[in-house]
Amino acid sequence: MSNETTLSRRGFFTKIGILLNGLVAAALAVPMAGFLLSSITRGRGNGYLSWVPLGPVSDFPEGETRLATFRNPYVMPTDGKTVDTACWVRRIAGDQFQVFAVNCAHLGCPVRWFSQSGLFMCPCHGGAYYSDGSRASGPPERGLFEYPYKVQDGTVSIQAGELPTPGAAIAALTGEKPSCAS
Amino acid sequence: MRIMIGKIGQWFDRRLQLAAPIREAVEHPVPRRTASWWYVFGSAALTVFILQIVTGILLALIYVPSAAEAWSSLQALNHDVTLGWFIRAMHGWGSNFMLAIVLIHMVQVFLFGAYKFPRELTWIVGVFLLLMTLGMAFSGQVLRFDQDAYWGLGIGASIASRVPILGPSIVRLMLGGPIIAGATLSRFFALHVFVIPGMLIVFVGLHLLMVLKLGINEWPMPGRVVRRGTYVSEYHELTKKDGAPFFPYAVWKDLFFAACVILAIAACALYFGPFGPTGQPDPTIIQTAPKPDYFFLWLYALLSLLPPALETPALLVGPVVVIAGLLLLPFFSGEGEKSWKRRPIAVLTVLLIAITLGTFTHLAEFTPWSPHMSAWSGDPVPVRLLHGTTALERQGALVFQAKQCRNCHSLGDSGGQRGPALDGVAVRLTQNQLIRQVIQGGGNMPAYGNNLSPAETTALVAFLETLYPAGQTPARDASRDTVLSDIPVKTSGGQP
Repeated sequence: MSNETTLSRRGFFTKIGILLNGLVAAALAVPMAGFLLSSITRGRGNGYLSWVPLGPVSDFPEGETRLATFRNPYVMPTDGKTVDTACWVRRIAGDQFQVFAVNCAHLGCPVRWFSQSGLFMCPCHGGAYYSDGSRASGPPERGLFEYPYKVQDGTVSIQAGELPTPGAAIAALTGEKPSCAS
Repeated sequence: MRIMIGKIGQWFDRRLQLAAPIREAVEHPVPRRTASWWYVFGSAALTVFILQIVTGILLALIYVPSAAEAWSSLQALNHDVTLGWFIRAMHGWGSNFMLAIVLIHMVQVFLFGAYKFPRELTWIVGVFLLLMTLGMAFSGQVLRFDQDAYWGLGIGASIASRVPILGPSIVRLMLGGPIIAGATLSRFFALHVFVIPGMLIVFVGLHLLMVLKLGINEWPMPGRVVRRGTYVSEYHELTKKDGAPFFPYAVWKDLFFAACVILAIAACALYFGPFGPTGQPDPTIIQTAPKPDYFFLWLYALLSLLPPALETPALLVGPVVVIAGLLLLPFFSGEGEKSWKRRPIAVLTVLLIAITLGTFTHLAEFTPWSPHMSAWSGDPVPVRLLHGTTALERQGALVFQAKQCRNCHSLGDSGGQRGPALDGVAVRLTQNQLIRQVIQGGGNMPAYGNNLSPAETTALVAFLETLYPAGQTPARDASRDTVLSDIPVKTSGGQP
């Protein structure tokens, strides 16, 4: 009877043993969680974004929209071709550009530019956008994602490094534009 | 010889002491009527799972889970390694068969009321097994690291990013970084090869243990109602009165069906071969139309057809509601009738879900909502539509072709189906309506006002006005007739 209420030496050491293991587990959980979540924590703020050159301004004739490719600024040795990324560069006039992500604002499929009809079309779920990136029709709720760009010493550069998704930082930079179609 | 084997067996059993519990398990009495062809799907799913483990391990001997090399290692499996194509095909077809059998098993369990007391937990574990099987199907599609896998991951990331507040973090956790790259493939490899299979094995073990402990669900009879207080004793009485040992009384059907399923998988693997890989996972190649694997096609269709405003709520709330509904099902109807003959709502629910998923899957096979990206350059305007046309109308046909109208509109049965077929458009719309529609768009059509000169619009509309079937007259604006014609003006002027 007394064994149940009072703490025996063995019972005490068992409890200390469990506690010790709990402490070790908790201490190890910190670096493990840190490792697991590093892909999130590393990218806080604009951690993943940096300026990457797309090429000289002369590569992009005025009034045209052309496909450009760039290498993602954050590369790991096993990435292979996946770090090469495409984007649509529209040179409006002079140093005035619009650089669109190829990823449809609906669910990320690669949109293609049709210069004759002046539309970006998505092959997956049928989203369409006008030449200025604004939504034309289909399931997208907004226009194409736009990379911030700058023109320096005759070279066009964009701020890139993260997959453009509706929740990514890039999405906040360009909101829905009023579309021409009612 | 037999004595020798017997002695070796005894030596092991002295130490393992497994013979008695195994004999008890395989010879446990089951109700006679459960020795039915309806009760073979669970064991068949387990058999296919074992096949997947074996073929999966074989593939892992060659496959390289690196974004730089995965695609070429799949090519090597398909073309260089002896019978690599066959093992890949078995694994791919095994995956399709496993999902199909798991779904059939689930429908059978639902219609036979097997999830009711006391087998609620067996059902709940089964729901998790279904989710894990779907997880295996998706992660397996990612390991087939090709264009479809790459853009499929992009779609997954886009869906995940819509979660409020946590979205961007979930995307980075899922991708293992800011973009789809090496770390993404590595973590899906870990999921597909270690995490989910490990969980599957544990959950399959639990699932089986409960089937053994609680007994196989008896054949449902209309009027034999489940009550918590009396069910267990009624079940034991049934197995005592009208039972037979599972082995060998019922097991032969399971064995036959399992063998047939494996043979069917092998036949499909031999005849159809392995799935993909499609083009290289190079994001700069954008001439691609990614499509998910068969069992996710319904979702592909749903995402195309939902109204934009409903999409995010449906994507985020829908799965939660469905999974919660499945998990809570045995608590809402844990008692009562088991027979489908007395459960019309259950039967209708299954039919409704099956027809809905079937329709969506069927639609996704020919994607009427997607523009045909090459229709404008591949499909010429049918010559018969240009017979006897004026120069202006022919110019319009040229505009129609050049402006890529056929990416979305078909003419003579070729072209996109995103918009309506235009073979009879002149019957539906008058000249003014055509001009308005072309310039302003609307009804899911982009506005072409900025992209067509007035001359091009005039020519295009002139061509469209010629598109009406023989024997029908084109639409005309009656009020315009009234204005243009002198005589009707006088008559109408005479009316009060």
